[in-house]
Amino acid sequence: MITLNGIRKSFKVAKRKPGAKAALAAMFHREYNIVNAVDGVSFDIPDGEIVGYIGPNGAGKSTSIKVMSGILIPDEGTCTVAGLTPWTDRKRLARRIGAVFGQRTQLWWDVPIIDSFDLLRDIYRTPQDEYKRSRDRLVDALDIGAFINTPLRQVSLGQRMRAELAASLLHSPDILFLDEPTIGLDAVSKLAVRQFIREINAERGVTVLLTTHDMHDIEALTDHIILIGKGRILYNGTMSAVKSSKTAEGLPVEEIVAGLYKEHGL
Amino acid sequence: MSAVKTRTMSTIKDIVRPYVSMFRIQFIGQLQYRAAAWAGISTQFFFGFVFVMMYSAFYGGEAVVVGVPSLQMIISYQWLKQAFLMMVVLWSQDSDLLNQIVSGHVAYSLCRPVDLYSLWASRLFANRVARCALRFAPVLILAFLLPAPYGMIPPPNFGSGLLFIVSLLLGSLVAVGMSMFVYVLTFVTMSREGARLLIGASADFATGLIIPIPLMPDWLQRALALTPFPYVADLPFRIYAGDIAGAAAGAAMGVQAFWVITLGITGWLAFRAVLRRTVVQGG
Repeated sequence: MITLNGIRKSFKVAKRKPGAKAALAAMFHREYNIVNAVDGVSFDIPDGEIVGYIGPNGAGKSTSIKVMSGILIPDEGTCTVAGLTPWTDRKRLARRIGAVFGQRTQLWWDVPIIDSFDLLRDIYRTPQDEYKRSRDRLVDALDIGAFINTPLRQVSLGQRMRAELAASLLHSPDILFLDEPTIGLDAVSKLAVRQFIREINAERGVTVLLTTHDMHDIEALTDHIILIGKGRILYNGTMSAVKSSKTAEGLPVEEIVAGLYKEHGL
Repeated sequence: MSAVKTRTMSTIKDIVRPYVSMFRIQFIGQLQYRAAAWAGISTQFFFGFVFVMMYSAFYGGEAVVVGVPSLQMIISYQWLKQAFLMMVVLWSQDSDLLNQIVSGHVAYSLCRPVDLYSLWASRLFANRVARCALRFAPVLILAFLLPAPYGMIPPPNFGSGLLFIVSLLLGSLVAVGMSMFVYVLTFVTMSREGARLLIGASADFATGLIIPIPLMPDWLQRALALTPFPYVADLPFRIYAGDIAGAAAGAAMGVQAFWVITLGITGWLAFRAVLRRTVVQGG
């Protein structure tokens, strides 16, 4: 269960004016703009659901995920994830959640993938037998046995993403944050990743919060979407309801979502 | 009684597990950079030779000049510096960790149930030991083969050699403790090079890696003695040469241990403070 209630977080961003004179003045006195990255976000995600978390770039998706994983402390609002307040219980929560940030890696570049897995075992202090069971299951489900002894730098992007997914699930978390897990992947790898997300959700009841710009990911995985824009929740409901609305009739899914963004002035 | 002991032992083992494992994986990762090691060995041998020639010239062919350490000690000091440089230099930092901070990849590390300071410190220590493990033997072998007075000589006795190894490891930990402030500052400045260059350039001088500390003026030596800098490289090298021995060596290594602990605690607190105010960059 994930609950967010009135979460607000703003950042101070230094104002930069053009020109040498302004640059010189900025050395003594800097002006700041306040950017409201998330501005009163509330939603609930029940256990065992897959939710598509969508919105344009800079909408506040990553900021809210960082709040939910305990990396950022919000200015206002309450949040519970798996019964814990993320920012006060960061280390305890870390055992309950897994995260994949598609554009970043959690595996070691220079060593075989299996060594990275072993390190994660020790970081989470997982008992060996439990680890072995979990690892074997993931290696099998994601079909990574063939390259598990290869250093990360020598595997393809699709293979890497499969390894990343496995890495984030080794400690058997209840909740998984996926931030653009299919970015840059070819069709075959995309299908494999989606299939796997469906599986862990169906078989192990893992709650999945999926951020993506690829609407086909959403279509393939869930009907529940949360639309965020300019730091606010704009829509929380089903994709099918959006699709069956009059204006959306017969349009491809990308255009429907673009229409949604437009409607909300994004 | 022994059951309690076993349980305590396994708890301790569990607590240190992530950090030991980090050390191991980083050590293995570093050992793959063999080409860099060979390049390092030739560079270090070259620079060692240049420094040795230079100091021989300063001493004007005299083995002993009143008021300064013997030429032989300075030459051993130079070769030790070249052989164990990667253990003690402060400009050598982990660019991957610096990138993680600046790019925001650090988010992943923050999602882990571990103490990030300790995890990174063990990683830095592994870098130092591994880079050095690949380089020191060839440099030392060549240095021992060179004819007197340019070559290196063994420590005066077995005890000095043993104390040297312990003190070198402690010195490397002092370097790690100081290095962690580079990462703390990088969280603040968000610049990959700034803190590294600032600390690296001043530390090169203060640790005695440019001019050996025993050749510095007395007032400067006294001032430096109040800082952790002489405990990085200067102390182990002088213990090797027998310049500091017996009770004096023991006392000095006590101060070294004090610096390891002090830098560890202050660094840990500073790290915690910057993490609290961290804004992880991006979207």
